[in-house]
Amino acid sequence: MNSKEITTQITKAADFLNLKKWDYGASFSNDYSVQVDKGEAKQLKASQKQILTIRVWNQSNLVGITTTSDISESGIKKALKQANIASDFGNKNESTEFSPLAKDPIKDKEVKKRNPVGIKKLLTLLREAEVKLIESHESIKSVPYNGLSESFFERVYANSEGAFRSYSKSQAALYLYARAEEKNKKPRSSGSVKLGYGADDIDIEACIKEASNKTISHLNYSSIKTNKYLICFSPESFLTIINAFSSMFNARSIIDGVSLSNKNSIGEKLSTEALNIYDDGLHEKNISSTPFDGEGTPTKRLCLINRGRIENFIHSESTARIFKTTPTGHAGLGSKVSVSPDWIVVEKSEENFDLKTSLDHSTYEGEFVYIEELNAIHAGVRASQGSFSLPFDGWLYKNGKKISIESATVAGDIKYLLKNIVNIESSQEVTTSGISPHIWVDELSITGDA
Amino acid sequence: MLSSQIKSNEIVFGSCNKDLLEEIIFYGIGLGADFVEIFIENTDNSSVLAEEDFITSVSPSFGRGAGIRIFKGKKDGFVSTNDLTKHGLMRSVSQAIEMLDITDNKKEVFNGLNQHRDYSLSKKKWINEVPSIHEISEKLLLSTKSLKKNNKIITRKGSYSRNLQEVIIASSDGTYASDIRLHQTVGLNVIASDAQYRSSGSRRFGSSGMPNEFRLWDHEKSANDVFESSMNMLYADYVDAGQMPVVLANKFGGVIFHEACGHLLETTQIERGTTPFENKLNEKIAHESVTAIDEGISEGSFGSLSVDDEGMEPEKSVLIKDGILKKFISDRAGELRTGHKRTGSGRRQNYSFAAASRMRNTYIAKGEHSKEDLINSISEGLYCKSMGGGSVGATGQFNFAVEEGYLIKNGKLTSPVKGATLIGEAKEVMPKISMCGNDLELAPGFCGSISGSVNVTVGQPHIKVDSITVGGR
Repeated sequence: MNSKEITTQITKAADFLNLKKWDYGASFSNDYSVQVDKGEAKQLKASQKQILTIRVWNQSNLVGITTTSDISESGIKKALKQANIASDFGNKNESTEFSPLAKDPIKDKEVKKRNPVGIKKLLTLLREAEVKLIESHESIKSVPYNGLSESFFERVYANSEGAFRSYSKSQAALYLYARAEEKNKKPRSSGSVKLGYGADDIDIEACIKEASNKTISHLNYSSIKTNKYLICFSPESFLTIINAFSSMFNARSIIDGVSLSNKNSIGEKLSTEALNIYDDGLHEKNISSTPFDGEGTPTKRLCLINRGRIENFIHSESTARIFKTTPTGHAGLGSKVSVSPDWIVVEKSEENFDLKTSLDHSTYEGEFVYIEELNAIHAGVRASQGSFSLPFDGWLYKNGKKISIESATVAGDIKYLLKNIVNIESSQEVTTSGISPHIWVDELSITGDA
Repeated sequence: MLSSQIKSNEIVFGSCNKDLLEEIIFYGIGLGADFVEIFIENTDNSSVLAEEDFITSVSPSFGRGAGIRIFKGKKDGFVSTNDLTKHGLMRSVSQAIEMLDITDNKKEVFNGLNQHRDYSLSKKKWINEVPSIHEISEKLLLSTKSLKKNNKIITRKGSYSRNLQEVIIASSDGTYASDIRLHQTVGLNVIASDAQYRSSGSRRFGSSGMPNEFRLWDHEKSANDVFESSMNMLYADYVDAGQMPVVLANKFGGVIFHEACGHLLETTQIERGTTPFENKLNEKIAHESVTAIDEGISEGSFGSLSVDDEGMEPEKSVLIKDGILKKFISDRAGELRTGHKRTGSGRRQNYSFAAASRMRNTYIAKGEHSKEDLINSISEGLYCKSMGGGSVGATGQFNFAVEEGYLIKNGKLTSPVKGATLIGEAKEVMPKISMCGNDLELAPGFCGSISGSVNVTVGQPHIKVDSITVGGR
């Protein structure tokens, strides 16, 4: 059943059940993936998946919802019936409506949709990549975590007032995590992830090189003394931290009391005036971009921090109504509508104010800790309290030398971290989760084994 | 005539699908597969969320799908689909065969499916015995009301989820089984705040195969526990980092063994070459006080199963006996690729994942000491009463957040501390577990890994680790 047929079926079934107001979101996907083990195909996977989420409003304007993978005529009828039953338990304290922007025009963005290259080609490409990575250094013995996949999907939003949006796209992903071993040393591991619109768009050589360089650079390691250090966050690690504490900008989290911000936090100074942060789901470098959110609201660029001060929150339809503003295109589609950022872009503002511009990760000769990648975010972040304690991969730069740090954590408070940003480097880097320059922070606690 | 034709051309839950399943398997074997496995599921789930004094979310869902796995030699191809018609299933088999590039003419023999092992017979009534949304809502609201004990509690949440999964498993070695699984969980969360101080508290409870369990849940006791935890931690100082002895509490304290050691005993880790224990069978890998078990048979436990997702009844596996490594956790692919016998541990989140060797109810067996013995033996250290989540890196290093911790001074518990993280490596920490308490208790959890998120139980008695790195500020 295609999206037009689903809309017709839902309209018919809703009429039969006397449901006047409904909307739905659907996704259809075909995914192919391969994994290899020392030149041999390990697991080859293909999946065809369909998911339909239907919301209905009952006569008291309370909302009920059901999600199903059964997109048959009977499945749709059953889903509507269940959603209708669930609407008896709809949230009386906070209403949900259609997004007022669900019919607004969507900003044109060139859709780069590729054709499948097929499992055999995926396998060939991954086998070659594995061989090259192992051959890149004598210490790299295996690539235990690897995969190459391509996905083709369509997403749809429609409602009973005639809104209808759909888009389809393709995406491919490659990940290579190498394991290096040297005599009398612990094994070390690191890797790289690259995305593309199709398998042919992925820069496989860059992925191999990055995985190899990162892994090799951790071969000579040492434990670090517990202390406070000057820290340089890589673009990837800084984006990880900002995403982990994005509840500061999230209206849903503010209403739920799990954010460090409150309704009056717009204008609050969080950081140096040199810091700007945007959420920009439509950014040309964002391969995972979607033109509309779960409620059909168009995606757009939104300034979250302007010159160090909170400028905007991200919203769904209901949170926007409560805050007397408009939805921002960040909603999911659920019984309780979630709100989440799309793609964070960190920038240095045009005026550089009070930055210590001598701090540059490629030239600075003083002592500092470079945090390449933060781990275990789900375990080490207390977003509602603002604290974090996270293991990381990185290096200690000291006396002109760098050495990989063994088993250490960085701990602190997000507000302290933002307030103590001492430099924002000029050059931005594109990562899989956003764009950011290197960010320097003074005096964060590192715990190590030394 | 029409009715029987429809039945034979589509999987129908609750009916005999033997002819259709055999036809699909014959088709795969005929095309040159060494082994064909079909996993089919039908799900009926619901979840309810109470916030403060309101129900804010009721989310039912249902679905069905099939996962088809073909082996040729040690390679496997896996295809999942929502199309349960004969045509859809055969198309999936063809796709898997094509992916594996099977061209040889060597044909395995398929002698048809064995007698149906139906584990679902006594479970078909469960769907009518589980609590209604109305009943769930009322009890969740009572629980969030119970959390409202003072004005420092600024956020109160109660959540419930119920997953009912009907499965059919058939494969070319004759396996033919079906089952119904029921999992229920309920959780409570609070955030407490006073001026600049903030803390949180949470607990989760869960069961399998016990439709009445939610009705028996003592929400007052749970609410008191969560409230006390958040109050104890509200004004806590940050812990000082360093190396120190720690005592880990029972129940969810077992998450460290699960993450740091249990995963390294799954055959998937041997396949990847990422476990330091690969060649250590019958060697000492832990302190002699440690015996560790993984099983799927404890009645009502969150990780228990009547049959695994590959059609094998789960066994009780003694992984470590008195510090000596005795067994790995294995599934079909693990047995094929590593030689370790299957343990009834082939598990997957749903039809869209191929099964893999996964833990079930995993715990350190009880010892002979009291909790006080452990604490009294430490002059300066940390007591980890409640653990948060954690992770294990690709080379075995682990880290875990301590949700509720207390300093130990001169054998006594003293002030609460927050922000602690335990950091280490299984190979180095296992020999340092020097004392095990006599108070083994289990706790439910969700484990995410190669075959998705599965229900598990972690557990242990109170244990003492002689020295571990504690991250703090």
